[in-house]
Amino acid sequence: MNIVVCVKQVPDTWAERTLRAEDSRLDRASVDGVINELDEYAIEEGLRLAEAHGGEVTVLSMGPEKASESIRKALSMGADKAVHLVDDQLAGSDALATSLALATVLGRIGFDLVILGSESTDARTGVLAAMLAERLGVPQLSLASKVETDGTAITIHRQTDYGYDRVEAALPALVSVVEKINEPRYPSFKGIMAAKKKPVETLSLADAGVDPGQVGLGAAATEVVSFAKRPPRQAGTIVKDEGDGGVKAAEFLAAQKFI
Amino acid sequence: MAEILVLAEHSGGTVKKVTLELLTLARQFGEPAVVWVGDGAQEGRERLAEFGAAKVYVADSAGIGDYVAAPVAEVLASLVSRVSPAAVLVAATPEGKEVAGRLAVKTGSGVLTDAVGLAPAQDGSGPVAEQSIFGGAIIVRSRVRSGTPIVAVRPNSAAPEPAQGAAALEPAGVEPGEAAKAARIAERVVAERGERPELTEASIVVSGGRGVGNADNFALIEKLADSLGAAVGASRAATDAGWYPHQFQVGQTGKTVSPQLYMAVGISGAIQHRAGMQTSKTIMVVNKDPEAPIFELADFGVVGDLFAVVPQLTDEIARRKES
Ligand SMILES: Cc1cc2nc3c(=O)[nH]c(=O)nc-3n(C[C@H](O)[C@H](O)[C@H](O)COP(=O)(O)OP(=O)(O)OC[C@H]3O[C@@H](n4cnc5c(N)ncnc54)[C@H](O)[C@@H]3O)c2cc1C
Ligand SMILES: Nc1ncnc2c1ncn2[C@@H]1O[C@H](COP(=O)(O)O)[C@@H](O)[C@H]1O
Repeated sequence: MNIVVCVKQVPDTWAERTLRAEDSRLDRASVDGVINELDEYAIEEGLRLAEAHGGEVTVLSMGPEKASESIRKALSMGADKAVHLVDDQLAGSDALATSLALATVLGRIGFDLVILGSESTDARTGVLAAMLAERLGVPQLSLASKVETDGTAITIHRQTDYGYDRVEAALPALVSVVEKINEPRYPSFKGIMAAKKKPVETLSLADAGVDPGQVGLGAAATEVVSFAKRPPRQAGTIVKDEGDGGVKAAEFLAAQKFI
Repeated sequence: MAEILVLAEHSGGTVKKVTLELLTLARQFGEPAVVWVGDGAQEGRERLAEFGAAKVYVADSAGIGDYVAAPVAEVLASLVSRVSPAAVLVAATPEGKEVAGRLAVKTGSGVLTDAVGLAPAQDGSGPVAEQSIFGGAIIVRSRVRSGTPIVAVRPNSAAPEPAQGAAALEPAGVEPGEAAKAARIAERVVAERGERPELTEASIVVSGGRGVGNADNFALIEKLADSLGAAVGASRAATDAGWYPHQFQVGQTGKTVSPQLYMAVGISGAIQHRAGMQTSKTIMVVNKDPEAPIFELADFGVVGDLFAVVPQLTDEIARRKES
């Protein structure tokens, strides 16, 4: 089975993230980049499916030069090879443009199954999987907490508010995962050494056949009008429990008309 | 006046509160027209009329509800080309966002997700959405530059205001094609439904964290929640430990909630947790560690042992409700 996992490098959520005053874009240079956490679950699921059914796992990432660190990490977890779409003209791409670029590359490299995280921690748009499925014309199975396939058909558990839905489709298909699905492995020493020799294909927009006029900040279908730091919340009332903490809390709730 | 399409969220003919919120927001831009996919439009109609829906486009062909998002996006895309709405509003639920993503590709339109506010631009150039990013640290105002603005709005972003509308039912006039039926819901497994409101829709949420200690003790959190008619949430520490089901996780990789009242019990307030609850209107905290960062967000905080404070609070609420 030919599995492609889409991996995004994002700023570490522990760091303070800011927007640049010049162009309202995420200041990526000033913070450490890590693999978007949910994408580690996507990689793990890809590896498990390839181990069970045979086949290869390819990592696909669009992002600046720096994203190659995250690609190496994915390879050291056990992915076989990677494709890195990197081009300065991609800077400032919105979800629509990102999906166009990734779909074009996916169309070229081919796949039986594409796996994504259901959301990235920086953009948090959570729309990319749907956009890719729409562009590629393949079924989307989203919010997967469990994936089963026999190489022809695929069934997932789609997490819902009340439990889960069992969703079925035929391959090729696209799956997005939630963190409940598995426990991502840590790269082993052997894995880290092996990753250094694994092939990473670097593509420019021209290599990939993506029209530069349709991506990047200039082509973005959305724009930031203004941004500001959230004003700090007004300091609240903090009481120490002297045996009447619950009663005091209830008084507060009553004063605020919650009870 | 231009139409604003509002995708209805409903279950079995009951309109969800978020749809009334979207109708209220939509009225700033034009005439709200609801798009109802699936059964139950007849039952839901009256409620939609009370909140200003002028029309209700109905797509209820057999089995349309057995698929996720794709047929809904087809219905919306066909309406977008037919009535050229000034905007399309959907709820920022997982399915709403899937619909929005597909519709954006189909219509070549910009999409704004997770709006917590929506207002007309000063120069009249369409809706400007307010989004809260990076764990709530920054507020961004954005707009759509191309195509029909598609905005996914978070539940609890506006107070529903009644207004009279005709809510005239009209067939949407589209039959989803085979391509939209590629992924089928074969079975819906209901693990626990209970009587509690849905987490993202609830006006009060009571969440428990690692401080709760084990799965059994979550009964304390549930009792407190029930005394307030609230939904129950949990931190990732609690869901990872298996004390509470994952779908109730609040935070960066869980649900984002912005209720009128959020109570964090035995939760330290890590940045990834805050990302999911920072926009709550009022925040109350119970934690035994006065240094816990969650107190920075608290409108009211009790420094104390939750095993003493929570039962006392639950009893006191019951007592006040009786008297
Ligand atoms: C990429 C990423 C994504 C993440 N996503 C999420 C997410 O979506 N949601 C989320 O919640 N976390 C998320 N996390 C995890 C987050 O960093 C924290 O680890 C987690 O929120 C901690 O949960 P907690 O506050 O319950 O536990 P702790 O941090 O251990 O805090 C427990 C608190 O309980 C208090 N306490 C203990 N006993 C008592 C008692 N008897 N009475 C009163 N108080 C008591 C303690 O003083 C402490 O403050 C994410 C982390 C990463 C790296
Ligand atoms: N630049 C990118 N390169 C590769 N994959 C991406 C990129 N951006 C997003 N993704 C994938 O899309 C998922 C959802 O991201 P988003 O829609 O941005 O929240 C992520 O978990 C990744 O799997």
